[in-house]
Amino acid sequence: MPSLIQFGPKGLYCEKGGFYIDPWQPVNKALITHAHSDHARPGHKNYLCQSDSVALLKHRLSSNIKVQGQCFGKRININGVDVSFHPAGHIIGSAQIRVSDSQEVWVISGDYKLEQDKHIEPFEFMKCDYFVTESTFGLPVFHWKDQEETLQEINSWWHNNSSIKRPSIISAYSLGKAQRVIENVEQSIGPILTHGSVDAINKVLVASGIKLRKTKKLVEATEDEISRALIVCPPGAMDSSWTARIKNHAVAFASGWMNLRGARRRRGVEKGFVLSDHADWPGLNKAIRYTQASKVFVTHGYTDIFTKWLNSQGINAETVKTQYTGETVDNENED
Amino acid sequence: MKDFAELYLNIDSTTSTNRKIDYLSAYFEKAGQRDKLWVMALFSHKRPRRTVQMRLLREWAAEYADIPLWLFEETYHIVGDLAETIAKLIPPTEHKLDKPLHKWIEELSELKDKADEEKKRYILEAWKSQDSTERFLFNKIITGGFRVGVSQKTIVKALSNYLKEDPARVAHKLMGDWTPNNTSFEELLIHAEPGDIISKPFPFYLAYPLEGEPEDLGPVENWTAEYKWDGIRAQLIKRKGELFLWSRGEELITHQFPEFTSLLSQEGDFVVDGELIVCKDDAIRNFQDLQKRLGRKKPGKKILEEHPAALIVYDIMELNGNDLRNQAQSERREILKNWHRSLDSNMPIRMSHDLKFKSWDDAKELRAGARDKKAEGLMLKSKPGPYKTGRKKGDWYKWKIDPLIIDAVMIYAQRGHGRRANLFTDFTFALKDGDTLVPFAKAYSGLTDSEFREISSFVRANTIERFGPVCSVPPVQVFEVAFENVGLSKRHKSGVAVRFPRILRWRKDKKPVDINSLDDLKALIR
Repeated sequence: MPSLIQFGPKGLYCEKGGFYIDPWQPVNKALITHAHSDHARPGHKNYLCQSDSVALLKHRLSSNIKVQGQCFGKRININGVDVSFHPAGHIIGSAQIRVSDSQEVWVISGDYKLEQDKHIEPFEFMKCDYFVTESTFGLPVFHWKDQEETLQEINSWWHNNSSIKRPSIISAYSLGKAQRVIENVEQSIGPILTHGSVDAINKVLVASGIKLRKTKKLVEATEDEISRALIVCPPGAMDSSWTARIKNHAVAFASGWMNLRGARRRRGVEKGFVLSDHADWPGLNKAIRYTQASKVFVTHGYTDIFTKWLNSQGINAETVKTQYTGETVDNENED
Repeated sequence: MKDFAELYLNIDSTTSTNRKIDYLSAYFEKAGQRDKLWVMALFSHKRPRRTVQMRLLREWAAEYADIPLWLFEETYHIVGDLAETIAKLIPPTEHKLDKPLHKWIEELSELKDKADEEKKRYILEAWKSQDSTERFLFNKIITGGFRVGVSQKTIVKALSNYLKEDPARVAHKLMGDWTPNNTSFEELLIHAEPGDIISKPFPFYLAYPLEGEPEDLGPVENWTAEYKWDGIRAQLIKRKGELFLWSRGEELITHQFPEFTSLLSQEGDFVVDGELIVCKDDAIRNFQDLQKRLGRKKPGKKILEEHPAALIVYDIMELNGNDLRNQAQSERREILKNWHRSLDSNMPIRMSHDLKFKSWDDAKELRAGARDKKAEGLMLKSKPGPYKTGRKKGDWYKWKIDPLIIDAVMIYAQRGHGRRANLFTDFTFALKDGDTLVPFAKAYSGLTDSEFREISSFVRANTIERFGPVCSVPPVQVFEVAFENVGLSKRHKSGVAVRFPRILRWRKDKKPVDINSLDDLKALIR
């Protein structure tokens, strides 16, 4: 029986090290994989996360929290347990947390994707005895196209709109997808404008020393700029008075869920771009196989189905109930 | 197929009816005649006969995708669309091939008597040569159920733009049970006059529900009222010694209802519109009795005796070859009455009587008493109005009685399809019966999208047991369920059947102890 990490009522617990990982109830010491709200919750006494997440945690939780940053790859020892952070490729500052002692090696991957972005460090394949994985898109219908192809689709949609002076609104989560869109689209097409909540996150990142492209808030833009712009706003702002102010706009949604026709039609958007911050079916399988783990724990997503699949493939797997949600199909709020 | 795939993608990416019409018109401009006809057929739900079993299709797809069948099934439940599931999980295209739409359909229909192995070889080869959208459409042609948000009205509009012809004439030409196998585009829409084909029905004039108060319709003396019966709409045609009975879904049901052949003994030709019902000993029976007839392709002697059908007529569109549709409602009504009077008294035709009322208040009283007459409400028709084509506002309104309502608790939830895939949208409701709960109705409409999202999160977090796409949940969520009518039924576990159940409201303020009992429901039976 593995003993280094337990799945307790407050979250993933390392008794020997005296810390939790992404706990959902207040604890003394919390190691955080990334700054989305189902993983980084308020109320802990001490936080430890990857360096780029520090400012995000302060922004999202409170400027008063006690938080320490650690860079990728550096190994520290907490009460005789080795801890290091490794890129998860999910959003800025997202990490897989490796925990080990002389007996066991664990990797808690949080949320992850395998595609490479220009603006964040790519996912690092890990070897371990015990691997904790998500399964947000853990069904065989999810196969992401080459990311370049999807970005080209976004570029040409934006380009067509801007050539007829039609503003292009793209809906993407404020933390994560928004920066991915902003940093990876073709800049020469027109100005990139943002919703206030996207701008707030960008300011926090820039202030903490992360380089991002220059964008403007929508309210600061001229009519002419708006007509040619790519406007990045969170899903919650869609169909609101905020988008209603932008005349004759085209709307698109960027998410892995756009791979499903039903989800796309329900959103009622003209365009759905399949752009996901989570691994697709081949991606999940590839990452898990690489670990050569003797046991895999599936924490969120299509857990029952994905666990059964892994077991049918000779990979010892088990579903554990957690309070992580990942990105749900109809989620309006930020993760 | 490429053009059809492009048309589909265009239509699927817009919610604007005008844009859909433009896309369709543009497609008709460039497509071949056979392809055009098939597109019209597919979008009008005239799908080709199925030649491949769904079960086999699933097995082949799972095998080709190299996944176990259980995983295929689970995935299908979540995606909510078989054609899409297959298109998304099989390996990428091997060699692109562009074959016209009609060619694919003809080849599929030729599979009919082939061995399963041969069918499999054909289907796999087809998948290998199609891109993702084409695969989806190809699968849809096999599975049927093309729902792309294109109404009959949209097709008529697009064709009328393309042919530069009056939409009402185009709609008339499109009526009937034609299929691309028994006609051509030219024959159906260019050469033929609608009157050339004696079986051809007129497009039904469809009523809008009355929203607001009848006073909004103007002076009461301009309107007639009659009961709205709970049967199925039907058009009865007698031309040149032949008889045709059409359902509202444009199915020819003449042979299902042999009682009407007696009309061949009557003088003259006619086309009448009315409600098909079961009527025994002069009493109109409820819909369940009609359903017993609708399920029989060839009714036996016993069922014909026990559940004889009749047509309650309320309009006449043609008499002895003369099209009456442009005459006023009041004039048509007089012609209809005279025609009805001229029939032998033993004909299975009843007249829908004009109700007498002097004020809108009188009309409201008539409506309130409709349930006791076993009617669903009233139909209001303007006296000067013509018999229009399709659903048009202005002259005909259905004014249904308020539904019956009961508080029930949700016990099962099932995932929806299409636009509602991945959400739990189909619920089974139960009532109290002593200490137990008895399921009595399934309903899948009436909540807003955000309510569906909320209840779906509840289901996901509280599922007790899963049976494929169905989840059982603790009986804690109370809903107000509305329905049109309730009757005793031997086929239902509860012993009662409700008509048109739907969700009226989510009663978060109520607890499971507050729900109604089965006896409360039975007390509503009249």
